[in-house]
Amino acid sequence: METTVQSLIAKYGADPAQIIAMLQDLQSAKRYLPVEDLRALAESLAIPLARIYRIATFFKAFSLEPKGEHIINVCMGTACHVRGAGRILDELKRQLGVEQGCTTDDQHFSLETVNCLGACALGPVVVVDQEYHGDMQAGQVKKLVEQYR
Amino acid sequence: MKKIASFQELEAYCQECVAARDPQRTVITICAGTGCQAHGCTNVVAAAQQELEKQGLVDVELKATGCHGFCEQGPLMVIHPQGVLYHKVKVDDVPEVIAKTVKGGEVIDALLYALPSTKEKIALEQDVPFYKLQKRIIFGSNGLIDPTSIDDYLAIGGYRALAKALADMTPGGVVEEVKKAGLRGRGGGGFPTGRKWESTLNVAGETKYVICNADEGDPGAYMDRSLLEGNPHSVIEGMLLGAYAVGATEGYVYVRHEYPLAVANLTIAIDVARQAGLLGERILGSNFSFDIKISRGGGAFVCGESSALIASIEGQVGEPRAKHIHMAESGLWGKPTVLNNVETWANVPVIIAKGADWFRSIGTEGSPGTKIFSLVGKVNNTGLVEVPMGISLRKIIFDIGGGIPGGRAFKAVQTGGPSGGCIPEEHLDLPVDFDELSKVGSMMGSGGMIVMDDRTCMVDVAKYFVNFLKGESCGKCTTCREGIARMYEILDKITRGEGELTDLELLEELAPVIQEGSMCGLGKTAPNPVLSTLRYFRAEYLAHINDKKCPAGVCKELIRFEIDPEACTGCHKCARVCPVEAAHGKKKEAHEIDQEKCIKCGMCYEACKFDAVKII
Amino acid sequence: MMMIEITINGKKVQVEKGTTILEAATANRVRIPTLCHHELLEPYGACRLCLVEVVKNGWRSLATSCNYPITGPIEVETDTEKVRSARRMVLELLLSRCDTSPRLNQLAAEYGLTESRFSLNYDDCILCGQCERVCREVVGANAITFANRGVERVVVPPFGEEAEFCIGCGACVYVCPTNAIRIQEDGDEKIIDRWSRVLKLRACSECGVEFAPDFQLRYLQQKYDLAADFFDLCRDCRAMQK
Repeated sequence: METTVQSLIAKYGADPAQIIAMLQDLQSAKRYLPVEDLRALAESLAIPLARIYRIATFFKAFSLEPKGEHIINVCMGTACHVRGAGRILDELKRQLGVEQGCTTDDQHFSLETVNCLGACALGPVVVVDQEYHGDMQAGQVKKLVEQYR
Repeated sequence: MKKIASFQELEAYCQECVAARDPQRTVITICAGTGCQAHGCTNVVAAAQQELEKQGLVDVELKATGCHGFCEQGPLMVIHPQGVLYHKVKVDDVPEVIAKTVKGGEVIDALLYALPSTKEKIALEQDVPFYKLQKRIIFGSNGLIDPTSIDDYLAIGGYRALAKALADMTPGGVVEEVKKAGLRGRGGGGFPTGRKWESTLNVAGETKYVICNADEGDPGAYMDRSLLEGNPHSVIEGMLLGAYAVGATEGYVYVRHEYPLAVANLTIAIDVARQAGLLGERILGSNFSFDIKISRGGGAFVCGESSALIASIEGQVGEPRAKHIHMAESGLWGKPTVLNNVETWANVPVIIAKGADWFRSIGTEGSPGTKIFSLVGKVNNTGLVEVPMGISLRKIIFDIGGGIPGGRAFKAVQTGGPSGGCIPEEHLDLPVDFDELSKVGSMMGSGGMIVMDDRTCMVDVAKYFVNFLKGESCGKCTTCREGIARMYEILDKITRGEGELTDLELLEELAPVIQEGSMCGLGKTAPNPVLSTLRYFRAEYLAHINDKKCPAGVCKELIRFEIDPEACTGCHKCARVCPVEAAHGKKKEAHEIDQEKCIKCGMCYEACKFDAVKII
Repeated sequence: MMMIEITINGKKVQVEKGTTILEAATANRVRIPTLCHHELLEPYGACRLCLVEVVKNGWRSLATSCNYPITGPIEVETDTEKVRSARRMVLELLLSRCDTSPRLNQLAAEYGLTESRFSLNYDDCILCGQCERVCREVVGANAITFANRGVERVVVPPFGEEAEFCIGCGACVYVCPTNAIRIQEDGDEKIIDRWSRVLKLRACSECGVEFAPDFQLRYLQQKYDLAADFFDLCRDCRAMQK
């Protein structure tokens, strides 16, 4: 079933306490939070748009910009950091030509970081979409990116 | 699942579950925790299923379990009842395992774990030092049960503590038992759980809540996730006991959105428990009613802080509030609330089932019981370990963890996540418990233990944590928001070789104001990584400031890569991997790095097989 | 009413249970500096300038006085060296953000601070949140909000666009401690630059003077269910009619 503001209200009820869950569903269905949907949600839940905007910009799970087709997530957890995650991130930035948190112009890749995936034994870890790539080295980054081009 | 309507019915059903599990039957367990899934265990499970059918072994049970803890060696496979452990199992290994070991009882040498030191092969899981030296009273069940099966949990004694409490104990009695056990919160502060419960029990109120904090945000800690993924019913049972003890009728589990498998397994467990009548109205025919909802976090570390977590459940931004009124009186929606983390809740059924005295026999006087640590970083046996409190750091890192990879030297271990500190070699014999760790300027936190070797720069580590907190501060308090940003600025300056001695003074002047002047735990503990590294590794800061050198060879601006012409064989590998054509040279002749072009990405260093690329 | 005896700077005083330390101090003529506090608003505890030392059950700690409700006997000290140095650091941090505010500079001078040792990262908003709270709690317009977190935190209208729900009442301008928000009239428009808000003024049906934002008058008319012509006249003409 398509996720719409109507379907969210049907699933969670017009309960403002459920707003974060609703935004999560919306984010995973549309890969971002479209402005029109946020306006419609504010109206349906009878809460200020300001409150929704505040939540949408506070939590890392939400984005107001459409994400790229593939999301490359570099784990920056402590274990990955001491095993050289910083160099992997630098190389990804170089390869993709974007900063972290940004999407390439062709909308193909979004480069994200995450504070810990709890896959510390595999560090440094890069997750592309849902696929884990463990024990990464900077030298493998180019090949990894090409896999998804 | 049929509804279980009384204590007798539960007992009878549990007996059925036990009887259905012939201890002599062959059971293959494959770890399907997130770590092993990342290693590709899903395909191994599928291959094993296929192979068992192909070889006509209908009697053999295959179980995808939660995390076993030995994550470095995944995918892990254990063949019961012998307990043969195979590590790093690939899909191609499966037919041989089924044919030889499962059918023929023969152990395959090549798949056994070998001790890194002596290369001695170890056949049985219980003999591997990594497991042998642990005390797995909470985490051990993970390797035995299918987290999606309530029958598995019932077969190992699950929900018996609940039945015991409902049948024989008063709510006050449960609180008393937990108090007597001396259980302290495993999420960070180590506050006595029983005392917390007692306050909530003593507050009058129709509606009370219990909350499970599964917003495990400390980078490098993942025990709560593994518990929720691998044994969700133990957490549910813990919450049931807590709810009964304090008089709560509703519970919430607040889970990080980065933990999809935990959410999935917990959702299944809650649904099944509800069908079984273990959640809902009049549980097991008693007068006690309780249900649990899941609330997913939106990706904010600060939501691990209780008031921010509650705000988030209420559908607000996760901004902490001043806590002059305790949650025991006014928590979720202004009602009396008990909040504990996953591991704390998982301890409760064990305490009620086996009693406070048994629990106190493990661990130290001030910190009874065990603690699960995630042992990660520069250590051989990365994974989750459960040890009795009071064990020394050295034992954890060297005996269980197998020491530092590549024969390098140990430098420090960081405990307590971003709120904790770095502990040097001189304190390695410290018995680990809540109080001892605080004494040396660190803390237990949720149990992250990040091992660092001589190639880890302590200024860089401090900068890493401060940078993490800079991004996670909610930004409400001036001291936290501006203070942390300024600490980062100073540390960054130092790692770039632009630091001055007055910067250290400023750091030391700023730190206590952030600690004492901030509203919530995030700000109050934020300077700890800086203060502890300044305390134990000041010389390293001074090297960056005075000599403009990074002794560990990490800080980019202070190092350069050079090729040792003696060691270089001219294999040209460095030149091939160099993305900016800085590494160059004729084949079979010593190569060089053009420092002007070099971006210090380190690829030549990684690629060189002859250790000819040096960090200067 | 339950009264509690506390001491402030060594002096015993009686306060009603639930009073904040700041209120108790103010009532007893003890001045505590604040930047994010306003008596019309819920205590917020963001600026951290009102830190004082509190001794409770033998434990001494720093606490913000604005949101500390007195529920038992405590000792409060508002001017110890510890308090002064914490406040000085808070001001130093704020000065490195905004060095142009007369009020901030005056407070800094009181604490012996002439300049900040941190590099200037200029923003005239110090994120005290008074504007956001007055708009939400008192006016009820919810035109602006906090967005983002940590150092990225800002106060903006939703999506950083024109504050479409702003009624141009100017309450935010009034409460801002650093004069970061300005309101001006230009011809038949009222403009708040910071919120990209431009409001058309309504002309008095009698004298033709443009006297108040049309949007504001419609908001009030709706909110209080007033007659459609309730706000047709400017204040002067309305007074004449009476």
